[in-house]
Amino acid sequence: MNWFVAVIQTTLFVALAPLLSGWLKWCKCQLQNRKAPSLLQPYRDLLKLIRKQPVVAEHASWLFIYTPYIVFSAMVLAASVVPLIAVDLPTSASADVIVLVGFFAFARFFLALAALDIGTAFGGMGASREMTISSLAEPAMLMAVFTLTMTASTTNLSLAIEHVLYEGLVLRPSFVFAMFALMLVAIAETGRIPVDNPTTHLELTMIHEAMILEYSGRHLALIEWASQLKLALYGVLIANIFAPWGIARELTLPALGYGLLAIAGKLAVLAVCLAISETLVAKMRLFRVQEYLSFAYLLGLLGMLSHIILEAAR
Amino acid sequence: MVLILAYAAVLLSFASGLLALLVNRRAGLLRLGHAAFRRWPAGRRCWTSADAWLEESRYAALLKTTVFRLLGAAGVAAILAGLWVLLGQTSVVTDRIGLGLPWLPWHVRFDGLSGFFYLIIGIAVGAVSLYGPGYVAAYQEEKHPFAVLGLFTGLFVAGMLLVLLADDAFFFMIAWELMSVASYFLVAFQHEHPANRRAAFLYLLMAEVGALAIILGFGVLAAFTDGFTFDALRQAQLSSNWATLAFVLALLGFGMKAGIVPIHVWLPEAHPVAPSHISALMSGVMLKVAVYGLIRFCFDLLGDVHWQWGVVLLVLGTFSALGGILYAMMQPNLKRLLAYSSVENIGIIFMVLGLAVIFMANGFPQLAALGLLAALFHAFNHALFKNLLFLGAGILQHQVHDLNIDTMGGLIQRLPKTSFLFLIGCMSISSLPLFNGFVSEWLAFQTALQVDALDNGVLRSLIPVSAAALALTAALAAACFVKVFGMIFLGLPRSRNAEKAQEVDDRGMLLALKLLAGLCFFFGIFPAFIIDLLNQVARQLLGQALPNDTALSWLRLAPVSHQQASYAPLLVLISVLLAAGAAFRYLRLNPETKTMRRAPAWDCGFGGLNARMQYSCSAFTMPFRRIFAKVWLIDEQIDKDLHGAGDIEVAAIHYRLQVQDHSWPRLYLPIAHAINQLARLVGRIQTGNIRVYLGYSFATLILMLWVVSL
Repeated sequence: MNWFVAVIQTTLFVALAPLLSGWLKWCKCQLQNRKAPSLLQPYRDLLKLIRKQPVVAEHASWLFIYTPYIVFSAMVLAASVVPLIAVDLPTSASADVIVLVGFFAFARFFLALAALDIGTAFGGMGASREMTISSLAEPAMLMAVFTLTMTASTTNLSLAIEHVLYEGLVLRPSFVFAMFALMLVAIAETGRIPVDNPTTHLELTMIHEAMILEYSGRHLALIEWASQLKLALYGVLIANIFAPWGIARELTLPALGYGLLAIAGKLAVLAVCLAISETLVAKMRLFRVQEYLSFAYLLGLLGMLSHIILEAAR
Repeated sequence: MVLILAYAAVLLSFASGLLALLVNRRAGLLRLGHAAFRRWPAGRRCWTSADAWLEESRYAALLKTTVFRLLGAAGVAAILAGLWVLLGQTSVVTDRIGLGLPWLPWHVRFDGLSGFFYLIIGIAVGAVSLYGPGYVAAYQEEKHPFAVLGLFTGLFVAGMLLVLLADDAFFFMIAWELMSVASYFLVAFQHEHPANRRAAFLYLLMAEVGALAIILGFGVLAAFTDGFTFDALRQAQLSSNWATLAFVLALLGFGMKAGIVPIHVWLPEAHPVAPSHISALMSGVMLKVAVYGLIRFCFDLLGDVHWQWGVVLLVLGTFSALGGILYAMMQPNLKRLLAYSSVENIGIIFMVLGLAVIFMANGFPQLAALGLLAALFHAFNHALFKNLLFLGAGILQHQVHDLNIDTMGGLIQRLPKTSFLFLIGCMSISSLPLFNGFVSEWLAFQTALQVDALDNGVLRSLIPVSAAALALTAALAAACFVKVFGMIFLGLPRSRNAEKAQEVDDRGMLLALKLLAGLCFFFGIFPAFIIDLLNQVARQLLGQALPNDTALSWLRLAPVSHQQASYAPLLVLISVLLAAGAAFRYLRLNPETKTMRRAPAWDCGFGGLNARMQYSCSAFTMPFRRIFAKVWLIDEQIDKDLHGAGDIEVAAIHYRLQVQDHSWPRLYLPIAHAINQLARLVGRIQTGNIRVYLGYSFATLILMLWVVSL
């Protein structure tokens, strides 16, 4: 039964990730006085790509061809670990939050290699920039995560969320800092404005897009889906760690339904926030990203210190 | 029985070294045989048939193979000895050998810790022995005699094995020196290049300074007890200050060998110039022997550790890890890069050891056991993947005749097997899940996260910061090895050599790589095997181990408790295969899109994509160079050749980039200058005039007489 729910939850996660992107795009369009596409547009795009025959560069190796599958399954795996609508599922015990960061690293490693495989300048540029940004983002992310895990004294995400639920609504300064840090990292890692712009194809600014420029057909579909999934993953992480209320603690149908509604609401609100910030803020230069990410790291560090000084003082 | 195996490993490696001496002695060997069997007809007949067997043409090749077979047998014996002591009930075996000085027989002790390092050495030596015959075949006999290489390889391995057996300071130092000096000759093997001679000299110098520090460290301990055996040294009652002095000396000595920043400078010089299978042994194994020495000295001999030592180890380790990987990133030479990456990994090991010391001193032996476990596991993993990468680099050197990363490219098509195995090495060293490097880093993070147990506020905030530094290190390592794999194997070939390169045809060389890559994957999926063995070591050394029955099962790794953290690599692997398989199957259902169409890559409409348009090594790392600019000494020059009217047309641009380590000009040059200054001062009293010298002698004599008559 538990395993069944876990599989259902993962499937839901994977299936609903494009919807979040659609909603985000819709919000952005509304804010920017543009005519919004349907919420289902991401699904249509994916379907269209899947139906097309992929075109692969002549000298691409097996690495280029298999990378989309690797990236996608790493993200699916990450989705199976993060509690979406219910806690205390068996999958969450097979990998904790550090392993989750490892999954992201795994996907990124292969994406960067695939970018280098073609031998165009774009691929190299994208790979180099992606690795730079991610290597700065990773310590900031782990710093924020450590604050959480030290408070809950576990790195198991499900148990950490249960701990927060059990404690009830307590205003912890460490959590506030950690949440902001994690939000900044999430923006950097999912390639949103102001770090990267997912809709651009301008060589000066693109990072993620530069890496996947040579992909087409089903390969591109998988990579697009994986990046939508990554966005959803970060959203769920932020929503469920810092405001886990509503998540199902027992596996009954009403509780699960309520959990689904709760996370849908939270994600919708988060997406609106992201859309507003993307509308207000301009994209920054690549070499400003280090300042941005060190700010995120600093926030994480402050969270950690306030946990040690204020909350766990002896 | 255990000791017999352990001795067998040492003797076999000696034998392989000695046998190598016979490589050009075929005629002499035959004469000797005839002389020996002259009186004995059956033996003579036997020898005559051996005569044919030792044919001129086959002799050298046969001997070389035999030398490496013996080395391999030594490796197997070492593995068996290690496993025996770790799995069996006889945990500690001691013995005496009547060698050495008459009143100081060599004391031998083989316990869990030695056994574990025996295992590491055994695996590495086994892989090298498979790889060796194919690799040395390329060396020209006149210029690089095999006898020298084989002899010192044998002695080097034997020295490392003896260090692990030593149970008294005297024997330990002899074995240590055997290891150092033998490896010096191996570094100096291709001595026709001045750079190699310089590297070898630097290595010897630092090895000897380190050895002096170790001797002094033992001396401090020995001053408080009577005797040089480790048993006696364990009994020494040291005051806190003396213990700290002994620790600092040991740290200096062993740290120099292990290559922690800032005393690592010999390492990136020496490792690249040795033959590849030797660099694999030096980087993968010899550094671990230094780690062994430090663990033995701290946890076993000194006994009572102080938490301040742990902080020193932690800070040094953090700097080594970060510095090592940042320097590695900038290296265009593959073997130099790998050598710097060893500095990084040793830094990680030192960090976790520091955590173990801190927890031990604060009275949490179980957490200390976790730290020690993570450190030793990382040492094991590093031995596996660094050997794999160095051996892979050797193959590249063979096939591409170059080690400069910028001259390769596109080799994934030309060396498919090597590239796949090398990729596994890169993934393990970048600590990606499913591979062994990840498990030990995960354990390191888990150790760091147990910081809530401590009372000291400074430690409680320092340790998470260093854990974040570890995260940065891991991310930088991933970037660095994306660069390595991407520049070498992917893209378009950047030189004619790379274009013409072919897969290596020696099966042994590939087999060694396959073995190591397989182990990297195996222990990434089933880490519990090693962790069970390590638990024995921790139990013996710290008197405490992880709760064996519940927390550590073969399926799920939960070092502290199930509530705190768990990782089940096998489940992860199965789910990944399921997800990828489902995606793969579903997406290829439609017969029309099942095939792929090959087309030229998009070249921005300019036409003619060529290799020079790709990102190069220095282009890839440019953002890092700019962000961490203070870490290196960067010398970047762009010269333009101008021509045309008014010099406005640019004909050619020359770009030159030199990235240097800070430690050399900041730490070593001042020392060298000071010594030069001192020498000049001393030089002043040397006038070269015999009368003045006689005057000195006279004055000395008077002084002596006065001292005597006091």
